[in-house]
Amino acid sequence: MNGNSHLLASDGDGFVLDPEDRRTIEQERDHYEQPQAACIEALKIVQRRHGWVPDGAIVAIAEALGIGPAEVEGVATFYSLVFRQPVGRHVILVCDSSSCFLTGYDALREALSSRLGIGFGQTTSDGRFTLLPVCCLGACDSGPVLMIDDDTYGPVAVEDVADLLESYP
Amino acid sequence: MTVNRYRCQLHHSAHERRLETHPLTWWLRDDGECVGLGEYVAKDGYAVVRQVLGHQGPDEVIETLKAANIRGRGGGGFSAGVKWSLTLKGENLPRGYLLCNADEMEPGTFKDRLLLEQVPHLLLESMILGGYANDSFYGYIFLRGEYVEAARAISRAIEEARAAGWLGRDIAGSGFDFDIALHTGAGRYICGEETALINSLEGQRANPRAKPPFPGQSGAWGKPSVVNNVETLCNVPAVLRFGADWYQQLSGERSDDGGTKLYGVSGKVRRTGLWELPMGTPAGELLDRAGGMHDGCTLKTWLPGGGSTGFLLPEHLDLALDFNTVAQAGSRLGTGILTLVADDQSMVSLVRNLEEFFARESCGWCTPCRDGLPWAVKLLRALERGEGIPGDIELLEELAEDQGPGKTFCAHAPGAAMPLASAIEYFRDEFERGIAHPGKDDVMPERPLSANGERGDAER
Ligand SMILES: Cc1cc2nc3c(=O)[nH]c(=O)nc-3n(C[C@H](O)[C@H](O)[C@H](O)COP(=O)(O)O)c2cc1C
Ligand code: SF4
Ligand code: FES
Repeated sequence: MNGNSHLLASDGDGFVLDPEDRRTIEQERDHYEQPQAACIEALKIVQRRHGWVPDGAIVAIAEALGIGPAEVEGVATFYSLVFRQPVGRHVILVCDSSSCFLTGYDALREALSSRLGIGFGQTTSDGRFTLLPVCCLGACDSGPVLMIDDDTYGPVAVEDVADLLESYP
Repeated sequence: MTVNRYRCQLHHSAHERRLETHPLTWWLRDDGECVGLGEYVAKDGYAVVRQVLGHQGPDEVIETLKAANIRGRGGGGFSAGVKWSLTLKGENLPRGYLLCNADEMEPGTFKDRLLLEQVPHLLLESMILGGYANDSFYGYIFLRGEYVEAARAISRAIEEARAAGWLGRDIAGSGFDFDIALHTGAGRYICGEETALINSLEGQRANPRAKPPFPGQSGAWGKPSVVNNVETLCNVPAVLRFGADWYQQLSGERSDDGGTKLYGVSGKVRRTGLWELPMGTPAGELLDRAGGMHDGCTLKTWLPGGGSTGFLLPEHLDLALDFNTVAQAGSRLGTGILTLVADDQSMVSLVRNLEEFFARESCGWCTPCRDGLPWAVKLLRALERGEGIPGDIELLEELAEDQGPGKTFCAHAPGAAMPLASAIEYFRDEFERGIAHPGKDDVMPERPLSANGERGDAER
């Protein structure tokens, strides 16, 4: 075990990489000159299965790639789409950049917040939705824009928020 | 439900486009579905790979590209041919990487998405040619994580191309080996900066690297690495097919920069979207194509190419949208995707929104950017509430000055300074209206100094 792992709350929490995930991570590793490069993809693979990246997964990924857990943690905390806390079943990313700002972002964020009863960075108490801001989603011709999980929507009118959320049980 | 899944839109239908006039978008289908390998090859796709590999030397390819002068569509405008001529290559040197920058996150920019989702094979063909010219052995497409549809399209295209022998060993019997992998990101705007992109590709935090050495000398894993934007690369096959003169004359009298450009419009206009037009098309023509502003709105100001470019005025609408002309007007062409701002929009609020973006997306490496941007946001928020104090505008100007080119580790902070400085220049009265004017007997409170010596109140 690498000495840096004391940075983490625990040494693994008994977390075990799913065998299929481990295989995919090992395949990813072969796409690059050095194993560390597969680290971001590995975090995303774990996140796809668990919804977020628990402490134990940091240690497990570090072991699978032969690098230190502190390096994996350093990367995990840098990138905004790697979640180091539990999130809801569905993650809503609301574009808060300039074109959406001009076309109704404030009202959309308000509508989402009041409908869900949460602000940015929070998860509804039933564990269904997490609300996050995101950089320009490259869909500025249809602002205001948001993503729910893998789906991008725009323009999203305030009146449509309720129906849209309903379609993500 | 009435909300639509987003689909990017090109505004000319297929019968308006020809390969000779629309080298980027001629390939696209009217229904917006992805062009698969069969259809791409039926339109003579990959013909340029066959024409060039093994028949022209890399140097000859680079000479053609230099003459064509494809200027970098990621926003910098650097000639792709010149960049490629500077890549370290030779008998005794390791072969390096060709990196496609598909991290598109510049506020207001939605152009690369179109090519990535709808003609991934054009990008692959371009990268094979780029790999050949730069003696790269491997290519990565660095795609932002949120472009899920593009990831699907590219993965499928890579598999198709590999199965058909366009990727792998001995491509088209030329003896040239080259393969491509898709790398998807996990957020953070700074990953689009070319050296931060390389760090991110290597699985590290995306802080930029010092230059020199430039990526072409020492990039990914210390090997020569060429970084180009999606749109830049997608110009390459047509240039090699029709030649540099053809490319230069595509823009006709409009511009010294050759070729076409994917231009786009967003904001409160009737018809937003994308067009492929000759380089140097004036913004006024784009506004006309967009059907003008929404009813009841008039144009107040506009950004020529994303959040890191400077504001321009309606009087600039006639200027050719090319790199030199827009720079002479004090802004930058950037990505060439316009954001149009209507007269009812407060500039203080819009600039506050932009600076919040840049502050949040700062990688934190150097002081003027990491500390200066949140400070600017604080001042702008105060002005927005009408609680600015005399001197705040001058302080914002100083901050913009301190973030100018050459004063920070990468171009992120200069990008943040541009909209700030230009908004103050053109709309100073709006900023002044944010300053609280006390009655003659009121005492104007000094803001307490905060720990880092900045003048600002604690709760802001
Ligand atoms: C903060 C920052 C973000 C950038 N983001 C992108 C991007 O998303 N896509 C891109 O092509 N270039 C981006 N660039 C420019 C790249 O650093 C680089 O100049 C470009 O990819 C080179 O390709 P080109 O010469 O073909 O334009 C960014 C630059 C900075 C400073
Ligand atoms: S200018 Fe900003 S983004 Fe660039 S290196 Fe400095 S802190 Fe990082
Ligand atoms: S500004 Fe929201 S999608 Fe571009």
